[in-house]
Amino acid sequence: MSGSMTPPTARLAPDGRAGDLEAPDDEGLLRVRDLWKVFGKRAAEIQGSQDLRALSRRELIDQTGCTAAVRDVSFDVAVGEVFVIMGLSGSGKSTLVRCLTRLIEPTGGSIEFDQSDLLQVDHKQLREVRRRQVSMVFQQFGLLPHRSVVSNVAYGLEIRGAGKAERVARAHEMIELVGLSGYENSFPHQLSGGMQQRVGLARALAVDPKMMLFDEPFSALDPLIRRDMQAEVIRLHHEMGKTMVFVTHDLSEALKLGDRILIMRDGEAIQLGTGDELVGAPADDYVRDFVRDVPRQDVLTLRWLAQPAKPGEDLGGLALSQHTLVRDAIRPVLESSSRVRVMDKDRLVGLVGREEILAILTSDQK
Amino acid sequence: MSAGALVSGLSVRKIRSRWVWLILAAAWLALYLAFHGTSTLPLSASSTTSVQNNLNSFNNNISNGRNSNPVFLYGVNYVQVGMTHFVSFLQSLISQPGFGRPAPLIGWLGVIAIVGFVSWLTAGWKYAVLGVVGFYILGLQGLWQESMDTLALTIAAVLIAVVIGVPLGIWIGLHDRAQHIVLPVLGFLQTMPSFVYLAPLTLLFLIGNASATIATLIFAIPPVIRLTDHGIRAVAEPTIEASDSLGSTTWQKLVKVLLPMSRRTIVLGINQTMMAALSMVTIAALISAPGLGQVVIDALQTLDVGTAFNGGLAIVVMAIVLDRTTSAVGERSQQVGGRHLLGPQARRLAFGAGAVVTLWAVVESAMYVWANTFPSSPTIGPAIVAGASNASNWVQSTFSGITVGLRNDVTIAFLNPLQSMLTNAPFWLVILGLCAIAMIIGNARVAIVTLISLLLIVGTGVWQDAMQTLAMTIVATVLTLIIGIAVGVWMGRNRQVDRFIRPILDAFQVMPAFVYLVPFLALFGASRFTAIIAAMAFAIPVVVKVVADGIHGVPAPAIEAATAAGSSTWQLITRVQLPLATRSLALAANQGLIYVLSMVVVGGMVGAGALGYDVYSGFVQAPLFGKGLAAGLAIVLLGVVLDHISQSAANRIDPSRH
Ligand SMILES: Nc1ncnc2c1ncn2[C@@H]1O[C@H](COP(=O)(O)OP(=O)(O)OP(=O)(O)O)[C@@H](O)[C@H]1O
Ligand SMILES: [Mg+2]
Repeated sequence: MSGSMTPPTARLAPDGRAGDLEAPDDEGLLRVRDLWKVFGKRAAEIQGSQDLRALSRRELIDQTGCTAAVRDVSFDVAVGEVFVIMGLSGSGKSTLVRCLTRLIEPTGGSIEFDQSDLLQVDHKQLREVRRRQVSMVFQQFGLLPHRSVVSNVAYGLEIRGAGKAERVARAHEMIELVGLSGYENSFPHQLSGGMQQRVGLARALAVDPKMMLFDEPFSALDPLIRRDMQAEVIRLHHEMGKTMVFVTHDLSEALKLGDRILIMRDGEAIQLGTGDELVGAPADDYVRDFVRDVPRQDVLTLRWLAQPAKPGEDLGGLALSQHTLVRDAIRPVLESSSRVRVMDKDRLVGLVGREEILAILTSDQK
Repeated sequence: MSAGALVSGLSVRKIRSRWVWLILAAAWLALYLAFHGTSTLPLSASSTTSVQNNLNSFNNNISNGRNSNPVFLYGVNYVQVGMTHFVSFLQSLISQPGFGRPAPLIGWLGVIAIVGFVSWLTAGWKYAVLGVVGFYILGLQGLWQESMDTLALTIAAVLIAVVIGVPLGIWIGLHDRAQHIVLPVLGFLQTMPSFVYLAPLTLLFLIGNASATIATLIFAIPPVIRLTDHGIRAVAEPTIEASDSLGSTTWQKLVKVLLPMSRRTIVLGINQTMMAALSMVTIAALISAPGLGQVVIDALQTLDVGTAFNGGLAIVVMAIVLDRTTSAVGERSQQVGGRHLLGPQARRLAFGAGAVVTLWAVVESAMYVWANTFPSSPTIGPAIVAGASNASNWVQSTFSGITVGLRNDVTIAFLNPLQSMLTNAPFWLVILGLCAIAMIIGNARVAIVTLISLLLIVGTGVWQDAMQTLAMTIVATVLTLIIGIAVGVWMGRNRQVDRFIRPILDAFQVMPAFVYLVPFLALFGASRFTAIIAAMAFAIPVVVKVVADGIHGVPAPAIEAATAAGSSTWQLITRVQLPLATRSLALAANQGLIYVLSMVVVGGMVGAGALGYDVYSGFVQAPLFGKGLAAGLAIVLLGVVLDHISQSAANRIDPSRH
């Protein structure tokens, strides 16, 4: 089904990859290069051997008994960005995100965070990074069952040696921020799953980190609560502007939250791009399969539909920005007598008419 | 009916065809008929072999070298003296004159107040009442001082066990390699009957409190190590990871996450250690540990059922108080954010009041005789003694038909034939038979272990006694399994029954081994049968539990399918549930054997003779010390053989096959 949709998008895609995004390099907070994680006794040997590294994950298991959970992954995360990592179960998302603060020790590559190479620092420095710079929210919450909500939220401050008054004040602030006021003295088992995860969120926020990591934080929650929590994260991101690395296997969650999305398969990074790039120009069938059920009108923008002007065509019609979502352009395009101009600021990118819009709408209906 | 056929009854089903067994049994019988009465290695009760004499002189040499041998001078003696002082210190606190006073520092009033206050703080007011009433009863029984001696020794052993066991448990909980080394050692310690620790320790630490405490420590320490390890390992991975992700140090992780989250399991371990310690402290009376055990042993020696009952009852009361209170501590540590009856203000006030009252009671008991020495009246001790001994006489005379009949039936029908077969067969034939069984049920390794162990038993010189013990063990185990499996199946099939029976079994299991002897002695008098039935009572609870859990663990779909196919209840049990629970049955047999053996030897003190009696007389008569030591060794070796064979039966049954 998606195959039938490829021709227009493939033909119309202006420039395949992340080309026209603001390049994050100069303000990059996190630079990951050639990252590897091999589980197993012979990890070091595999890391050292070109031949072994070239094997697929399956072959590697058969030959050495080791699993390459993360294979040669590189990406940058900009300050304030929400970076999403996606993939099927077992694709190495959790391993990758844990490697970022060495909760799992990578076996190769480099991780530069805020100008320092995390793989070179000693344990003490690493602890400092975990205590002050990067915090994490877990799928299974990981709350301390024997402690109240306040004391769970204050835990991060406690272990870095903050005074009692300071950490309690901060914890109360965070509890209020995540909307749990009134539950300060409850215990985790007295809270619903959604509320427990709010505690996890507050705990991660309490240390005022530069970057937050999320490993499928809402997978264990039911759909309605999940939506609330997603809205919560978006709100917090707007209010506090934290850089976030967010693991999920739910595409709609990825599209909702992510500035950019990294798709993984069998430990490898398959494609990195914005939501509309993944939908508009999937790198291969794996990615295409992933995005198959997304309503395209909600993701694609006009630049994906723009066609070159035919000779002598009337260029006096309505003008819309190339970043307008298809969804928002349906009405103007259908009502317009001539094809609509798609603009990149003052430059004409192309034209969009009924035909293109209807093609998208029909494919969404299937 | 060879030993082989009997052991094959341990549910080792379909492992080899029936023919192998039949042929072997026939061959064995043929050899038996040809050679019985030869090479039976008899040894009368008062005679000794040269090996045993050597052990005796070894003991003497050790005694003589105690003050010159550097190992003793700089090691063992220090431990011995330190331990003795530690125990005396505790004794002079609560049970014996000390600190230059004619009476213990804290008298009965103070002890009871402390028990009440501490249980109230850690377990709740109900347990405070239980503790106060329980301890008061101990005094009323006329056994205050003995109870406090037992308590002092138990506390000494438990304190040391916790100080060593918890850190060790944490360590093996965090390190797989260490765990792989320590767990098998604990497993071995736990298969050893409590009895056998005593003699070797007296060799090193002399008869008395030091040996008693160290024996108790060794016997009781496995649960606290195991459960601490288990608790640490059971802490949820996400929580540990969350703590790591926030930058906790290893130490912070331990004290803020691992220990609080495994507290309940660790307390459970301490509870089990405490109950094991109490059990052992009473048995350590054999090497002159003071206390309630001494009361029971003295009474058993003179077959004074009334006094033994009074002492046994006191042990039970103490066991109940210690067990209930420490389990309540564990349960309480689990309910976080539990509700309190009183507000914080009122609680502080109540605490203050409690502390003041306790302090007053302690001071009062230190200063005045009335609060120090438990008053001799009112008392219920003599009434209990008289009542129990009258009841025993009455039962024995009124129901002699039943009790004597039962005793004689079992003895004549099962025990005597088996025992005479094992003791009349040449030793090599028994060894051959057992090795064949080990080979068939287990493998060559098990057969070799069996061979070596049995040859060593021959070397100890107590072969015939070992065969008598083996006969009693087999009879008691078979009976235990029959009853245990029946009850276990019933329990496993019916949750309601389970809910009703399980607490009773739990209660039985915390009872020190010793007290099992008393009621059966009252019913059946001094005999081998008494030991057998006490061993059954001791072993049945654990067998029932293992079987019930196995039956309950049979997957529901299998039962549904069989029921849908129209099976009757009997068919369901025999064709589906028992076969699917084979592994549990084998484990039950293993546990049953170990428990039975450890109790059968204790039964040596009440007329069961055999190895238990040898050990026992080794403590009483100096010239027999070597023989007692040899018998203890034989018990360990017998335990090794039985454990290995039954263990390998359990291992053979691969649970994944079902
Ligand atoms: N500690 C480990 N030892 C060995 N292999 C591991 C370990 N942790 C993960 N793996 C393997 O690494 C691969 C990637 O696992 P990972 O948990 O990172 O996947 P994931 O993308 O997070 O999957 P999910 O969506 O199920 O959480 C899997 O094949 C897994 O079996
Ligand atoms: Mg995962």
